Amino acid sequence: MKNLIQFLIRFHFIILFILIEIFALSIVIQNNNFQKAKVVTLIQNIKGIYHSKTFSITEYIGLREINEILSAENTRLNNILQRAYRSDDIFFYKQDDPGYKQQYYMTGAKVLNNKINTQHNFLTLNKGSEQGIKPGMAVISSDGVVGVIFDVSKQYATVISLLNTRLNISAKLKKNNYFGALQWDGKSYQKAILNEIPHHVEINIGDSIITSGYSTIFPEGIQIGTVKDFHVKGGNFYEIKVDLSTDFKKLRFVNVISNLKKKDQLDLENSFPDD
Amino acid sequence: MINLILRNIGRFLFLVLFQVLILDNIQLGPYLNPFMYVLFILLMPFETPGWLLLIAAFLLGFSIDLFEHTPGIHASAMVLMAFIRPSVLKMIAPREGYEPNSYPRIHYYGVSWFLQYSAILVFSHHLFLFYLEVFTFSGFFITFLRILLSSLFSIGLIILSQFLIFKK
Repeated sequence: MKNLIQFLIRFHFIILFILIEIFALSIVIQNNNFQKAKVVTLIQNIKGIYHSKTFSITEYIGLREINEILSAENTRLNNILQRAYRSDDIFFYKQDDPGYKQQYYMTGAKVLNNKINTQHNFLTLNKGSEQGIKPGMAVISSDGVVGVIFDVSKQYATVISLLNTRLNISAKLKKNNYFGALQWDGKSYQKAILNEIPHHVEINIGDSIITSGYSTIFPEGIQIGTVKDFHVKGGNFYEIKVDLSTDFKKLRFVNVISNLKKKDQLDLENSFPDD
Repeated sequence: MINLILRNIGRFLFLVLFQVLILDNIQLGPYLNPFMYVLFILLMPFETPGWLLLIAAFLLGFSIDLFEHTPGIHASAMVLMAFIRPSVLKMIAPREGYEPNSYPRIHYYGVSWFLQYSAILVFSHHLFLFYLEVFTFSGFFITFLRILLSSLFSIGLIILSQFLIFKK
């Protein structure tokens, strides 16, 4: 007995190791039963709480990627929207009906460079001629008009921003269709001036200004902004201050609109004899 | 003494939480599974009695098992590691032996000593752990590669932690 105790004391480390190891390994072997134990369930519950908490954080970190996916999705949906198709006058055509053909096609693009602090501001987009972008196409964001494509390279495009005093856009009042020319006055990135609206037209502050669709660049009805302030200038016309709906300071994703019937329209219009 | 025990308990909790809440969520693929929690056994004082070492190792492995849903696997690997720790310490002891009031840290015995010490123990832990986990010797070399890469990662993390957190 004494020898046994001495033996145990002398080799207690190895014996204890063997015992614990056998115990641990037996848990491994029997782990199916073990997994059902309540302890695991409890721990899983705690883990679940932790994961639901951390999920909100990882969700936030993933927002950037999600934004890009959503932007692509938006472009795709915009392309199949009714608005992209010419809906009027379709019954005047017979076969190979151009009225059914898609008139506007959008390409999603990311804004790589955007200036708002000069008089002639330009943007740079990450899409170019290889993606079908051509000079003269319209650029809009989800909030409204952004500008017109100025020049393209293979992979990039520059855009004349609406915040460029050289850009004129044909705009109209949404409620009564009186149209005029919209131009930036070079002062605030949130405001532009709409001219050439006759002074007998009734205007209220807050009226919507949209694109007229009279040029071949912008489709009709793209939001530009709302009336902020107006006064008669030079006798016959209003000078209307427009609050731009696009926030140029946080522009990230835009859509480039190509008018698939632009050439057709221009060819026809240019066939008028010049006076 | 009380202070020492409290610090070890604190380290125990910290390493378990760090392992299950952070390292287990960094999923770098099947070849890199760092297990940094073994650091707890590495840092226990030299004078720790063997039985305490084994029990602490079992409890530590068992806590990890609870979270990772791998009953017994980490526990047995940890117990094995705790078992060979005294032999490893004896094997790589400096000529004068270990000084009293010193701990197995870089601060006392230098980087190369600590690297040897942690490399041997971490590698044997991972070796046992990964083979027990797959429970087969088919695909021996794939598993071995996993062990090798994961060990390197774990050892790297442990060495790094010595410079950043557990300095003394």
